[in-house]
Amino acid sequence: MRYLTARKRAVGRGSAHTGTERHWAMTVSSAGLAFLVPIWVYIFGSALGQDHAEVLATFARPVPAILTAMILVVGMRHFAMGATTMIEDYSKGTTRKMLVIFVISLATVVAVTGLFALVRIAL
Amino acid sequence: MADAKQVKRPLSPHLQIYRPQLTSITSILTRITGNALIVGIILAVWWLLAAATSPDYFETANAVATSWFGDLVFTGSLWAVWYHYLAGLRHLYFDAGNGLEITTAERLGWGCIGGSVVLTTLTILII
Repeated sequence: MRYLTARKRAVGRGSAHTGTERHWAMTVSSAGLAFLVPIWVYIFGSALGQDHAEVLATFARPVPAILTAMILVVGMRHFAMGATTMIEDYSKGTTRKMLVIFVISLATVVAVTGLFALVRIAL
Repeated sequence: MADAKQVKRPLSPHLQIYRPQLTSITSILTRITGNALIVGIILAVWWLLAAATSPDYFETANAVATSWFGDLVFTGSLWAVWYHYLAGLRHLYFDAGNGLEITTAERLGWGCIGGSVVLTTLTILII
């Protein structure tokens, strides 16, 4: 034991068994979302309720298309990390692993489906 | 030696015996709103996918998205997104080591609740 440094003894001991990388990643993505979300809410809220042609025209324009893509990529990653944190707080063992795999998969499916739709509309 | 009653160490108070406080409620609400937003996002992405697929499919998805159910989900999501937004900004402020005195933290908590209602109303009026 005396050959181990204080750092070596501390690593992996936190509840998540990792360091602060995810907290930092959440901080970074939240700062990004703070700028993206208000504009995107306005774009999506305006498009919702319009007819098909108007919706296609909206999301074919560069700014709505790029902002929606960014919301999907940054937002779904933010969700995956946040949901993982919640799961790690309330479950353990195999259940925890299965739930973490599920939310990361769900976030990926939602993001990629949205990007596919955008590509079809915008290109 | 291996006594059955070992649990003597100071345990942190658990939810059931912990008096609800504004700071704990606003923290729990942040988690609930953040995770619940996936419902609104799934509906929005489905609606967008339908728009990209065909006019018929868009008709179906748009009918759901603009029905009372869609209104419920999107209005709820709108409040959730504003609440989570303000609470997230408060989190960044806390992380920087500010506003941790009880009176300030509680004032910020009321700010999140009141602010989210105000922003939701404003958004509905604007859009």
